[in-house]
Amino acid sequence: MSDNIIELSGVAKRFVKGKDTISIFDHLDFTVPRGDFVALMGPSGSGKTTLLNLLGAIDRPTAGEIRIQGQRIDSLSEGELARWRGTHIGFIFQFYNLMPMLTAAQNVELPLLLTRLDSRARRRNVETALKIVELADRANHTPREMSGGQQQRTAIARAIVSDPPLLLCDEPTGDLDRDTANEILSVLQLLNRDLGKTIVMVTHDPEAAKFASRVLHLDKGRFAERTTAP
Amino acid sequence: MNDFTLIRKNLTRRRLRAGLLIFSIFIAFLIFGMLGAVRHVFSGENIKIADDRLVTVNKINFTQSLPVAYVERIRAVPGVRAVSYANWFGGYYQDPKNQLFTFAVEPESWLATHPELQIDDAARKDWLGRRDGLLVGEAAALKWGWKIGDRVPLSSNIYSQKSNGSHSWDFTIIGLYTVADPNVSTNAVLFNHAYFDESVSFGRDTIGLVVLTVDNPAMNEQVGRAIDAMFANSPAETATDTAKAFNKAFAAQFGDIAMIVTLVVGAAFITILMIVGNTMVMAIRERTREIGVMKSLGFPARRILLLVLGESLLLSFAGGIPGIAVATVSVGLLGHALGDFVQGLTMTPGILATALALMTGLGFCTGILPAWKAMRLDIVTALGRS
Repeated sequence: MSDNIIELSGVAKRFVKGKDTISIFDHLDFTVPRGDFVALMGPSGSGKTTLLNLLGAIDRPTAGEIRIQGQRIDSLSEGELARWRGTHIGFIFQFYNLMPMLTAAQNVELPLLLTRLDSRARRRNVETALKIVELADRANHTPREMSGGQQQRTAIARAIVSDPPLLLCDEPTGDLDRDTANEILSVLQLLNRDLGKTIVMVTHDPEAAKFASRVLHLDKGRFAERTTAP
Repeated sequence: MNDFTLIRKNLTRRRLRAGLLIFSIFIAFLIFGMLGAVRHVFSGENIKIADDRLVTVNKINFTQSLPVAYVERIRAVPGVRAVSYANWFGGYYQDPKNQLFTFAVEPESWLATHPELQIDDAARKDWLGRRDGLLVGEAAALKWGWKIGDRVPLSSNIYSQKSNGSHSWDFTIIGLYTVADPNVSTNAVLFNHAYFDESVSFGRDTIGLVVLTVDNPAMNEQVGRAIDAMFANSPAETATDTAKAFNKAFAAQFGDIAMIVTLVVGAAFITILMIVGNTMVMAIRERTREIGVMKSLGFPARRILLLVLGESLLLSFAGGIPGIAVATVSVGLLGHALGDFVQGLTMTPGILATALALMTGLGFCTGILPAWKAMRLDIVTALGRS
């Protein structure tokens, strides 16, 4: 198996808007090695989010191939993609996207409802995930009873609870103050270093990008330059 | 946590809205249950009557009398097995509001045409031999606390005695009758027609109705036609029908209750359908982003569909089951209170089954559109990530 967890070759993505066809990527080649922590930066409309959508299999390319862990995902059916997402991808969104009526523990447990684990095993996994993000004491709190940082930690716990190899983060600190953002980024760094999670993070924040091991700049559907974070 | 927890939590996330919706569904099923029971009473479906029993009344309407001489002529019609007759006494006990199902009947033939009435031999003997004997249904005896041997005055709101103008007659309870079928009422009170006829101030030698049984229910129509033909062009023409049809027609005099009930329930349900359906669409639209998140977590489209449908079904049952339960209790209490005059006012298994089917239908109809939309929701659009 290749050392690259992500392999994109010749990926094109076009949208039809009225009579116009808008091309986001034309022939994008892109690889991410296993265990990498990549920050994707670029101006608005550069295609960062679209690329994240394609990597997370919530959108399909117009052309080209996408392989994650060696498996081609662009040709899977909707049902297969849903199952695949549940086991391979952890999403972390800017606005946390927690279910407001569920407690932190129940939010974290949500992806485990798709597994065959019994309630005891699910509870054990949830406790572990919440411990990793240092939120065990907030397990029974609803999102409304938690700060933004705590909510994002809950979202991270939800993303890792089913132990996916790849975490996709869309502006995970975009709604947080600096100190809280740094705490969240430290958690991501920990997940990358200690648990070997591969992370692709879209961000506008150069300070956040510093937590990544690699920074890629995307502009008009192409990688403009490559930098390695200090 | 499981899918049901998710469904329940989603439903109750806006408690006021959920509460109002559940309450409106509760009211709809309360109305359905109560009116369904009323409709059942007036449809005549509840009346358990032998198929081979016919009733002959005056063709003008059943309040007009027939000459008692008709009885023997009817007895001679081919196919007729037994004939009896009765007068509606319009009786009450002590106070006009204590109405009773009271008939003056010819005892021996009445028992022959009503084999479902069970009385012991001593009571039978007494009833046939004693002119002022009163045969009381078990339910009526229980209601009024009567026992065998009691002397009971019954008054009529129609008839009076020729001797003193009194509307009251004195009777002695000679026995109680029971029935094997619990659906058959034992609210009636029966006494000897001869005792009534000899003392009544008007309407002597006339009867209200003739009850007959035929050799074979297949002959009902033929016998009925023969009887009515026999009295055609006479001063008192007859109308003969099955006892079941007669009771149904009696109920129909109050109007097409079934149609009225159906319209009321239908209107209530269409309104509820609109309200709940609209609210479900809005509720799911409010949750577009969350549905997108669930799909991104790996929830398949079909499971999303089932979760939303489950929510609308839970909503429907959360309001419907208490509604029909309260209706059942209310109908029971009402039936007890009106027992004598509204026989069969009860929640039938048919009404309960229909209610359950309606709850399922309501949940499905109000949930299918938002569920379908949620199922088809594009994740990128839902998350606002285009």
